[in-house]
Amino acid sequence: MSELLHRRPVVKELLKKRGDMVVIGGLGAPAWDITAAGDHDNNFPLWGAMGSAAMIGLGLALAQPKRRVLVITGDGEMLMALGALATIAVQKPKNLSIIVLDNEHYGETGMQRTHTGYGVDMAGMAKAAGFARTMNITAQKDVLRLRPLIDGMRGPLFAQVKIDAEKLPLVLPPREASYIKNRMRISILGPEVALHQ
Amino acid sequence: MTTVSKAARPAARAAARRPRAAAARSAPAPVKPVMPAGSSHWAEQVHPMLVEAGIRQVGLVPDAGHSRLIQLCEADKSMRIVRLTTEEEGVGLLAGAWLGGDKGVLLMQSSGVGNCINMLSLPVACSMPLLILVTMRGDHGEFNAAQVPMGDSTQAVLEAVGVLVKRADVAADVPEMVSSGLRLAFNTFRPVAILIGQRVSGAKDFRKLTKPTGDINE
Repeated sequence: MSELLHRRPVVKELLKKRGDMVVIGGLGAPAWDITAAGDHDNNFPLWGAMGSAAMIGLGLALAQPKRRVLVITGDGEMLMALGALATIAVQKPKNLSIIVLDNEHYGETGMQRTHTGYGVDMAGMAKAAGFARTMNITAQKDVLRLRPLIDGMRGPLFAQVKIDAEKLPLVLPPREASYIKNRMRISILGPEVALHQ
Repeated sequence: MTTVSKAARPAARAAARRPRAAAARSAPAPVKPVMPAGSSHWAEQVHPMLVEAGIRQVGLVPDAGHSRLIQLCEADKSMRIVRLTTEEEGVGLLAGAWLGGDKGVLLMQSSGVGNCINMLSLPVACSMPLLILVTMRGDHGEFNAAQVPMGDSTQAVLEAVGVLVKRADVAADVPEMVSSGLRLAFNTFRPVAILIGQRVSGAKDFRKLTKPTGDINE
């Protein structure tokens, strides 16, 4: 196998010229990764609620069907919500994409191995559930194909991207959850939302 | 919330008489729902309230006690029904819905509350409105011992994690409690749970379901 992909450049590539795309960052390293690519009003980095990232993406995608919703999360976080793959597949949100950065380890808790390190294929599970498009990615050329697919909004899309289990310095997003929520709502719904909600 | 409304009293008396007759045979009979005679199901009043409040996403894991409300929501084109594989998915769903400007409601049985506890950190930490309608098991007149530990602790665990909890123990109170729950959740930006007591929907007697024509709530 060629050299493994690295998480931060993969995320930077996905978020290049992002426009009005909204991004959910799953608990742990993906939240630091989306922040490292540039903190943004349309970022929702998770500080808790492990296993909720994909479903937050679904609720957002259904509420904003014309807008691209991108969930970037880790293998451990996604393994906690495999049932959500079935729930999302039933709803068929064309504008929802889920990218799992799969380092086959729980990076925040001491690098213990996850199920994917034993061969569990989550993209295969998403395909079996009924996702419109699923991919197993190990090479940069396939990373480059992701953004056009996300932008094409013919999902739901699920991609499992194998990455190096490197331990990087944290890049912390804002910590106050109410602030993160309000700035996204104002960005999506306009400043008047604070007056009329 | 345990007082029986004036209109409900005849039905309550009738329900109270039945267990005595059954006791003569063997174990206590199921507790009958307390509904005013001739009145419609509480869901007929609750569904228009959800519409009026602008509820767009309905996340649910089915329960027999919610079946009428689920039917009404499924028939309503203004609502998106999201069938969940487990209840905590619904907490994430409605957090996302709120971020995107949709209001939602979550329907579940009390056993599903236990599945949600860590996820509820999301609306609590974010100050997001969330309305959960919980039909109770392990409550008034329960038949199944396995339902009791979660049913008996539902209110305590919800309150412990920061959810405001209100109860309706007679059918006539359900619409008023849902109405107040909608206002409390969406006006004060908090997770709120309305517990619909087993006295409203009736306890299931599994022995009756061993007969070919057993009705789930009879």
